[in-house]
Amino acid sequence: MYQTTYHRASSVDEAASLFAKGSEAKFLAGGQTLLPVMKQRLASPSDVIDLGKIKELIGVEASGDMLTVKAATPHYDVATSEAAKKTIPALAYLASLIGDPAVRYRGTIGGSIANNDPAADYPAALLALGATVKTSKRSIAAEDFFQGLFTTALEDGEIITAVSFPVPAKAGYAKMRHPASRFALTAVFVAQTKSGEIRVAATGASQSGVMRIPAIEAALKANWSPSALDNVSIPASGLLADIHGTAEYRANLVKVMAQRAVTAAG
Amino acid sequence: MGVEGIGARVVRKEDKRFITGKGRYVDDIKLLGMTHAHFIRSPHAHAKVKKIDSSAALKMPGVVAVLTGQELVDDKVGNLICGWAITSKDGSPMKMGAWPAMAPETVRFVGQAVAVVIADSKNLARDAAEAVLVDYEELPAVADVQTAIKSGAPQLHPEAPGNQVYDWVIGDEGATDAAFAKAANVVKLDVTNNRLAPNAMEPRAAIADYDAAEEHFTLYTTSQNPHVARLVLSAFYNIAPEHKLRVIAPDVGGGFGSKIFIYPEEMVALWASKKVGRPVKWTGDRTEAFLTDAHGRDHVTHAEMAFDANNKITGLKVKTYANFGAYMSLFSSSVPTYLYATLLSGQYNIPAIHAEVVGVYTNTTPVDAYRGAGRPEASYLIERLMETAARQLKVDPAQLRRTNFITQFPHQTPVIMAYDTGDFNASLDAAMKAIDYAGFAARKAQAKSQGKLRGIGVSCYIEACGIAPSKAVGSLGAGVGLWESAEVRVNPVGTIEILTGSHSHGQGHETTFCQLVAERLGIPISQVSIVHGDTDKVQFGMGTYGSRSAAVGLTAILKAMEKMESKAKKIAAHALEASEADIVIENGEFKVTGTDKAIALPMVALAAYTAHNLPDGMEPGLKESAFYDPTNFTFPAGAYICELEVDPGTGKTSFVNFVAADDFGRLINPMIVEGQVHGGLAQGIGQALLEHAIYDANGQPVTASFMDYSMPRADDLPSFNLSHTTTLCPGNPLGIKGCGEAGAIGASAAVINAITDAIGNNNLEMPATPDRVWRTIHAA
Ligand SMILES: Cc1cc2nc3c(=O)[nH]c(=O)nc-3n(C[C@H](O)[C@H](O)[C@H](O)COP(=O)(O)OP(=O)(O)OC[C@H]3O[C@@H](n4cnc5c(N)ncnc54)[C@H](O)[C@@H]3O)c2cc1C
Repeated sequence: MYQTTYHRASSVDEAASLFAKGSEAKFLAGGQTLLPVMKQRLASPSDVIDLGKIKELIGVEASGDMLTVKAATPHYDVATSEAAKKTIPALAYLASLIGDPAVRYRGTIGGSIANNDPAADYPAALLALGATVKTSKRSIAAEDFFQGLFTTALEDGEIITAVSFPVPAKAGYAKMRHPASRFALTAVFVAQTKSGEIRVAATGASQSGVMRIPAIEAALKANWSPSALDNVSIPASGLLADIHGTAEYRANLVKVMAQRAVTAAG
Repeated sequence: MGVEGIGARVVRKEDKRFITGKGRYVDDIKLLGMTHAHFIRSPHAHAKVKKIDSSAALKMPGVVAVLTGQELVDDKVGNLICGWAITSKDGSPMKMGAWPAMAPETVRFVGQAVAVVIADSKNLARDAAEAVLVDYEELPAVADVQTAIKSGAPQLHPEAPGNQVYDWVIGDEGATDAAFAKAANVVKLDVTNNRLAPNAMEPRAAIADYDAAEEHFTLYTTSQNPHVARLVLSAFYNIAPEHKLRVIAPDVGGGFGSKIFIYPEEMVALWASKKVGRPVKWTGDRTEAFLTDAHGRDHVTHAEMAFDANNKITGLKVKTYANFGAYMSLFSSSVPTYLYATLLSGQYNIPAIHAEVVGVYTNTTPVDAYRGAGRPEASYLIERLMETAARQLKVDPAQLRRTNFITQFPHQTPVIMAYDTGDFNASLDAAMKAIDYAGFAARKAQAKSQGKLRGIGVSCYIEACGIAPSKAVGSLGAGVGLWESAEVRVNPVGTIEILTGSHSHGQGHETTFCQLVAERLGIPISQVSIVHGDTDKVQFGMGTYGSRSAAVGLTAILKAMEKMESKAKKIAAHALEASEADIVIENGEFKVTGTDKAIALPMVALAAYTAHNLPDGMEPGLKESAFYDPTNFTFPAGAYICELEVDPGTGKTSFVNFVAADDFGRLINPMIVEGQVHGGLAQGIGQALLEHAIYDANGQPVTASFMDYSMPRADDLPSFNLSHTTTLCPGNPLGIKGCGEAGAIGASAAVINAITDAIGNNNLEMPATPDRVWRTIHAA
């Protein structure tokens, strides 16, 4: 009952048609989320369609004011990409903090955002940078893509092909690592767009997944400096609480990580 | 003697196979016709097992059998035992509930097995296990000692009313009360010693193979003491008489105490292999390790220390509640009593001590010895008390310790232990110098100007290891003797096999034990091999735990070597026509001292086995054995100092420096000793900052995977600064004290003392997670 059929797709179209043929098919990218879940027998797809070897899904490219990370690009490639480091160093830095080396060599941006773990790193960057998620069917604004814990706008069989990040004027990321999993206990991405908009997103904090922090955005709009946040108070209600951090602690971290992200952004 | 003798930093022989993936662990072994076991485990912390329906599972492909706890009872397989009898203060024996290997009626912790599926493959067994329907009736559960001892709390075992296993005392209560009545100052402290999951890298595993023709069992198992496993399986669990049971513990990937015990899975595998007539293999996964490997620590303690006007300690009172989990594991009863309270004197002259320990059942995984076993709990308590006292009495913490150090040896403490030797000032001096203790205030001020809270914490630990004198432990209730055995076999061509009752599961015995032979005979260690871990090959022995393998196991080898050398010298003297008294052993040769006459070891060996020309009346052969029973525990001690910074914004701790100055007596291989200290420190720091096996109020484990249970990683740890001061142990001829557990015993208090110093608030429990530290800072 836990048997599955593995397919290695060589193009996005082939992956989509393989998916349509399976009764309960699943896409596989780095497998860093899907495979542990299958091993625990919490998922039992009829077919596993590997996107990881599709050439058109791998790579990081900068052109004009846009940095594009293709969906099956592993975190390690983003962390070490010259294009990323030049245009959005905060994004390369974020990728370098994901999990451990094994996870970074295999895990991908597409898998990460498709999974939308409330403590994952990338969703904060997508939201703060105002990124666009490109799929086999359409383009989705980050704002609309993330829809709460482990929920996204993706339809059945829809394949993420890339994420396009507008290059910001400034950006910074600060992460307090979860001591056991190394996901974000709470992490904050701050960005100043080239048009002067301030966008701040926090991950790991909220019970409803990645979120913008309007109070911090407003304070930074008035004064782009860590001290501008000294008197901002983040309410603990609605925040996650577990053995590694109370809601009050996470509320504190939202502010402290935002301050450090601003310092990092310069 | 020689480059590979005692004191040489010889590279570990065993690492070639470990590093190249050629280690042979239980799970690597495959037997013809082997079946696979998958255990069906309770999802409830406390429940009645009403019905087990395996009819659907039995029809599934590849399923050989589904066996239940009731069948174990029917076949008269014994319940698990606890091998150390403790007597309560009212004179009554400890109160134990029965622990069947699979529960026929009642489950008392999440993960307790109720049935096992035996199938042709691991996956088929797992598939079928999902089809076995177990009907449970849930019962109220209790997970922590404070709740378990309250009246009206859910009760685990009818044999143990109030969930109390024992209420045990040690020391002189009257003298202690009198000391407190006269005290100039009293320091009080409440501490919790957090429960830990041992997490050896290799999960437990077993393969059982029954040979019907010979009525003989072979068990391959992940054990630290295969001989004890055979004894217990045979004498108490009714599996087979000893001569019909061979236990093999091949390469074992770490134990930390958790692989001392004989677990239900091994028993069931043996029993099942006879029932199904095929070999049965079980390999636990990480979840099963979290749920069923015996946990460590879990104490709640109130302590008070009395001081006179000169800051000399005059008395110590301790009351500890020890959480045993749902059943009494093999050595559990001794851990919070004779391995804990007997160390409460620490490195200090304390004239009067009284301690009371209440052992409590809860609906959690059984708790037993874990690296240090009782001694980390004692050391943590005493060293936090000393730091608390220094702050309350407004004296320098190092100075307060010096004021109270024991300086005369031997020293009889009021709690059984008689310390043989030590120099506590020397290790504290070394540690303070290494960390530049005097310059700390300036560094703290500097850190403050950068917004960081810097703290320093001292921990002067002492422990008792090299366990243990058999007569002494016998008089305290132990069911076994704790000597060790050895056999030295010189082969006819002069290579040597050492058979030891110790077991290596990471310690490096295959190297260090050879170094003793190299030292004595002047031959390279490549000429020597160490044989261990197989009851058919090696004489009965007691295994490895309690930092005993060098102090006890290696001494047994020394005794056997001495016997062998004495015979070899007689043979050499006969061949060289010299007097036996004139023979010396050098560079692999037996020489007539002061001459150039010599005969090489291989020739002596050959002479022993050809027996053509031996001294009159001498038996052929060159093989000797010895049993060594120590006369006392050994007492490694040392001073650890930790300097760290706390980030007030996040509560996160970063190490600045960690110095460890240990006195282990003689070091056989300093490189291996350093590795042992590094690992121990990692575990002590892990306990202080990261690790905690947590249950919710209903007994559900919250930390049953590495996504929730924080194991220390390399980047959580500082680069350690180690040094050694040495007083040789007078209790054994090699002067060895032991080094396997010290790091785990001494480190936690140093870390917590440093954090509480940094944040100026002593009200902090382990693990000092960033969240806890931040809340403590902001509660102040
Ligand atoms: C030990 C560990 C630590 C980790 N630490 C972190 C951390 O610190 N921060 C962090 O952010 N993450 C962390 N992760 C998660 C990691 O980043 C994963 O790689 C990521 O969540 C999933 O990516 P993947 O490529 O492995 O996806 P997979 O596991 O292969 O797939 C995950 C899900 O996404 C779907 N999917 C994959 N690709 C696509 C696509 N192109 N289009 C549509 N659907 C797709 C799959 O069908 C599946 O449902 C950690 C994981 C582990 C195991």
